[in-house]
Amino acid sequence: MTDLSILFPSLLNGLTTGAVYALIALGLTLIYGVLHIINFAHGAALMLALYAVYWLKELAGIDPYLALPLVVPGMFVLGYAMQRLVINRASHGKDENILLVTLGLSIVMENLALLFFKSDTRTIETAYTLTTVPISIGFAQAMIALPKLVAFGGALVASAVLMLIVGRTDLGRAIRAVAKEKHGAKLMGIDVDHVYAMSFGIGLACLGAAACFLLPAYYVNPQVGNGFVLVAFTIVVLGGMGSFSGALLGGLLIGVVESLGGLLLGESLGQIGIFLLFIAVLLFRPQGLFGAKA
Amino acid sequence: MSTHVRNRRHFMAQATAAASALAFPLVWGAQPKPVKIGVLHPVTGALAFSGQQCREGALMAIEDINKAGGIKALGGAKIETLLGDAQSQPQVGAAEVEKMNEAGVSAVLGAYASAICLATTQAAAKYNLPHVVDVGVADQIVERGLKNTFRFGPGYGVCARVAMINLHVLNTAAGKPAKTVMIIHEESLFGTGTGNLLARELPGYGFEVKEVVKHANPTRDFNNIVLRMKALNPDIVIPANYYNEYALLVRTMQQQKVTPKAIYSVLGGAASSFKFVKEAPESANGIIDCNHWYNPKDARALALRKRVEGKGLFFTYEIFNTYTAMMYLADAINRAKSSDRAAITAALADSTFSDHFMPYGPTKMVNGQNAGAQPLMTQVLGGDIKVIVPREYRQAEPVFPMKS
Repeated sequence: MTDLSILFPSLLNGLTTGAVYALIALGLTLIYGVLHIINFAHGAALMLALYAVYWLKELAGIDPYLALPLVVPGMFVLGYAMQRLVINRASHGKDENILLVTLGLSIVMENLALLFFKSDTRTIETAYTLTTVPISIGFAQAMIALPKLVAFGGALVASAVLMLIVGRTDLGRAIRAVAKEKHGAKLMGIDVDHVYAMSFGIGLACLGAAACFLLPAYYVNPQVGNGFVLVAFTIVVLGGMGSFSGALLGGLLIGVVESLGGLLLGESLGQIGIFLLFIAVLLFRPQGLFGAKA
Repeated sequence: MSTHVRNRRHFMAQATAAASALAFPLVWGAQPKPVKIGVLHPVTGALAFSGQQCREGALMAIEDINKAGGIKALGGAKIETLLGDAQSQPQVGAAEVEKMNEAGVSAVLGAYASAICLATTQAAAKYNLPHVVDVGVADQIVERGLKNTFRFGPGYGVCARVAMINLHVLNTAAGKPAKTVMIIHEESLFGTGTGNLLARELPGYGFEVKEVVKHANPTRDFNNIVLRMKALNPDIVIPANYYNEYALLVRTMQQQKVTPKAIYSVLGGAASSFKFVKEAPESANGIIDCNHWYNPKDARALALRKRVEGKGLFFTYEIFNTYTAMMYLADAINRAKSSDRAAITAALADSTFSDHFMPYGPTKMVNGQNAGAQPLMTQVLGGDIKVIVPREYRQAEPVFPMKS
């Protein structure tokens, strides 16, 4: 039996979780949409970003939200360097090589984290970790944890910024040009390698933002990224590969499906809903909810 | 060739021989062959934290044994460690046992998680290789009639029963304020087995089980479960899960302001963990746990705790369980007076090992299970973990029900 009074909080909870999923998936879809790189190192990069937020808090006392201006550029630089110095060089232009290179990178990063940070699960305590905000619409009421609410807002803002960058700036135009026709873009004088690295950098910068929003309500350990990466891949395919609005709505949808699935089917089976939805979309709309027909 | 050169060569040869005899006296005497022991834990993957803690406990025990002169009955033979990583997966654990067998180990110590222990003990049984289980609480591990498998600590059956009896006693003493419970357990062998046992037997103690919730590892969000908890409003919440999920569950309960009369854990992952108490003192306060615990009045346990904390580690059950399990194994090798597998197996079965700091008394193995092994009940009080039951180990009076 399900009490109707918990349906609303569960829905809100799904939306707030979904927003963070969306932010993680946005980075992935940018990297996939432009570079056609299936980035297996996405989860490991998220883990590194979470550690960055953790250590900034522990060693320098910097609040996770105030760490945004440090972690986001930091992750951008890491992404830029990773694409330019490692992935681009090691792949020799072959997609299957890229796949293996990113897989290798994820293994290296995870084990380096295990070596240096140990396997401890770490959490941070902030003044607002346990703060909740009451929300009521009509007679439906819910208590939502403040960090989750901030994460929701932050994820929406970050998505909007990302869409503006891709839609309205010269860099965004270059990225879209490269995505559509690499050789044509090169002939027009676009530095393709630079655009690739910029895209990868922005993709990882999204993870930096996600990490800042995630850590106050979550934990970090060397394996933490694995739990998110499968969901993020699902969202990217569900929303349509390379589609930003698809990733955003897909993330929110997955969050809600997961939350309600857990509520109605039992927590252990909660994720079934995600993959049922996924299979249904692949069967009836293989290009994804918002993807263009190939 | 001149005499001078010959003399010099002669001198050099003699000097070298003398020097090496001085430097490596044991090479000339009969140096006892070291005893190879496989130490197998999930040191990477989802269970890495617990696995590494276990490994640390085993290595500290081996260090102590070797420092104290090795295996006395074998002329002071040192223990040589062969480390293995089960990568948090049963099949990898079993493959590691195959490797250890090839390398000629005399026994295996491991492998923390129940599901991994099931696989590793079975793999070791094929070679009659003695396997001491350090944690692995699922009772199936010792109930399959494997002659090579020995568990020094208690299984979940004993833990759940001790927990239920004591809950009944505490509740009765307090005037029966609690009538309903909600059980939240993880979905693998350990959590499911414990959860089912509790759900089946708690009604016999007069408690109504409102709901049993099973969750995956990892679970990223406990809001749904806590929302259900809020709706059902149970008097007592019983979690049986690993550290991360336990910590997340309790924190979410605090966020949603759910305050049952007690959080009463059975083998709770974070409930009696110094790590959790230090990192989330407010959330941990008042939590009762029925779990592996050392005799708090034994100076050796306190000394070990100091040493572990001196290394910057937390003195968790993984460490002291594996430490004492290794001591039990070393004692058996000493009794066997041999590094032969069959002899060690026989000595493990007949062991009366009592020189340890666990509240088990002298060892008595019945079908591979130490009959005296028992959990202790602890409660987080004033930022520390205190033993509340049984009376002979009691450090503080239990607080039940909790005042919210």
